[in-house]
Amino acid sequence: MTSTTAVSVAPTLHAGETIRRSDRRLGIVMLAPALLYIALLVAVPFLLALFLSLTNSSAGSLEFSFVGLQNFENVIASPVFRRALRNTFVFTFVSQLAVIVLGNVLARALMKSFHGKAIARFLILLPWAAPISLATLGWLWIFDSTFSVINWLLKVAGWLGPGQWYYWLGDPTLGMVAVIMIHVWRMLPFSTVILLAGLTSIPNEVREASAIDGAGLFSRIFRIEIPMMKPILTVAVLFGVVFTFTDMSVVYLLTRGGPYNSTHVLASLAFQEGVLGGDVGRGAAVAIFLVPVLVVLAIFMLRTSRRAEVV
Amino acid sequence: MAAALSPVRRTAAVVVHRATILFFIAFAIFPFYWMVVTSFKQNADLYVGATNVAHNPFLFNLPPTLDHLRILFGQTLYLTWLRNTLFVGLVVVGITLLLAVPAGYSLARLTGRWGERLSIGIFMTYLVPSTLLFIPFSRLVSLMQLQNSLWSLVLIYPTFTVPFCTWLLMGFFKSLPREVEESAMVDGCSRVGAIWRMVLPLSVPGLLTVVIFALTLVIQEFVYSLTFISSVQRMTVSVGVPVALVRGDVYYWGSLMAACLITSIPIAVVYNFFLDRFIAGFTVGAIK
Repeated sequence: MTSTTAVSVAPTLHAGETIRRSDRRLGIVMLAPALLYIALLVAVPFLLALFLSLTNSSAGSLEFSFVGLQNFENVIASPVFRRALRNTFVFTFVSQLAVIVLGNVLARALMKSFHGKAIARFLILLPWAAPISLATLGWLWIFDSTFSVINWLLKVAGWLGPGQWYYWLGDPTLGMVAVIMIHVWRMLPFSTVILLAGLTSIPNEVREASAIDGAGLFSRIFRIEIPMMKPILTVAVLFGVVFTFTDMSVVYLLTRGGPYNSTHVLASLAFQEGVLGGDVGRGAAVAIFLVPVLVVLAIFMLRTSRRAEVV
Repeated sequence: MAAALSPVRRTAAVVVHRATILFFIAFAIFPFYWMVVTSFKQNADLYVGATNVAHNPFLFNLPPTLDHLRILFGQTLYLTWLRNTLFVGLVVVGITLLLAVPAGYSLARLTGRWGERLSIGIFMTYLVPSTLLFIPFSRLVSLMQLQNSLWSLVLIYPTFTVPFCTWLLMGFFKSLPREVEESAMVDGCSRVGAIWRMVLPLSVPGLLTVVIFALTLVIQEFVYSLTFISSVQRMTVSVGVPVALVRGDVYYWGSLMAACLITSIPIAVVYNFFLDRFIAGFTVGAIK
């Protein structure tokens, strides 16, 4: 106790050394449980995933032997896997492109003050807050082969003539459209709120100054606002990509990867092979293909955060 | 600038703006509207088939009914699933607070420069997806004899609640002025005493955010629960409803949609209140 008082009376230490030794020790003690937990239950399983992908382990037994890169070779040779790999990129790219475009429109609309804005915001945010498995179930019913309300609307509108019908989840292309639609629906609120935070952080003087200088709406958006919002746009895109790229719930519940394995993504295929099929090594190998993209995203994210701190 | 617009163009702008907002609201809430309608419709009104153009599925063509709710609460395990979810949620919240509060404080005050780097590292682990880890976890879970037990979820769920909550709490503790502890310490309190008596009472909003956040993440989680829990009795609500209420090709759409609705809406309402803080967690550093 005496030492604490003594130090706090002492003159200010040099910058960067302001932490007392006793505090530093306490800091380590307080941090240790969380770090230990994360090391044991995130880092170790991550390494275990890499390890399992090199073995022939299966769900039934704990015995296994090394097979080197055999799993990866088998996986790459499989057309189902290649389709899943392509789907993962297509789903992520198309849905996130739509989300960023629509999110910008919506965030701009929500910038203005209007009657009932709080309610509008709440309703628009609903898709992001609802549990994804239950929301997807709602969509499953909307896309139902016999009772699809979308088909009813298309019939009424005259788009679907007599005898014409969309089997949303029974057709590879329509199945992909359905999956992308759900991803857009779910991620749009998230990106919108982030973009809204970015838009509100642009000082009003900037807008006024550009108006005085005679900048039109489009040059204001593309020359001033978007460059100013670049860090926040990056954040919105990066998180959106991470969440969409690694998701398996939507595909698993909506199409189970069907028809004919045409809508699988890496995550749902890893589940099918590794858990349902019991081939743990192969499932792990499929899931490992998520890693390179995640690493690239993580690097991007670190660079964004560092740049933002410098500014 | 607005004054420069003619009245006609201003009206047009307002109309376009309202239409945009309404379009996005319709897109966002349509599935929920559909859940409501489905939950209360009689089967004869529900299963007509979309080829019948004369039958408008958006409206109640027959009087609404509570049958689906009766089935959901009386003849399914929905309440058991809710109880399971709540049990896992509360234990996970407890573990999360025990780990994340000290860690968040430590990173905010006691670790200096390397703590800053470490905190970004911790946040990054939030991005390691469940779809990558469920395979090794299924090994660990069977090694520990926890298959088909809610304790497997209690063990694993903190892997996604702790990193993000540590990060949120760190930001929260940083926003408190240092004088809070320092004045207590000058008065003879130890650092730990100062945290307990001065910092935590001031941090109730931050702690509450973390509790809500961890709880909603647990309720939303699907992949681990699907992988580790196989008996219907022990399922959580996010898996029980889509997996166990759907049997073969027989769907009880009314009860299913009621379950989705009843589970989603309270979470969404609570989440909405805390949303700005979560978003602040994602955007730290990117807004200046």
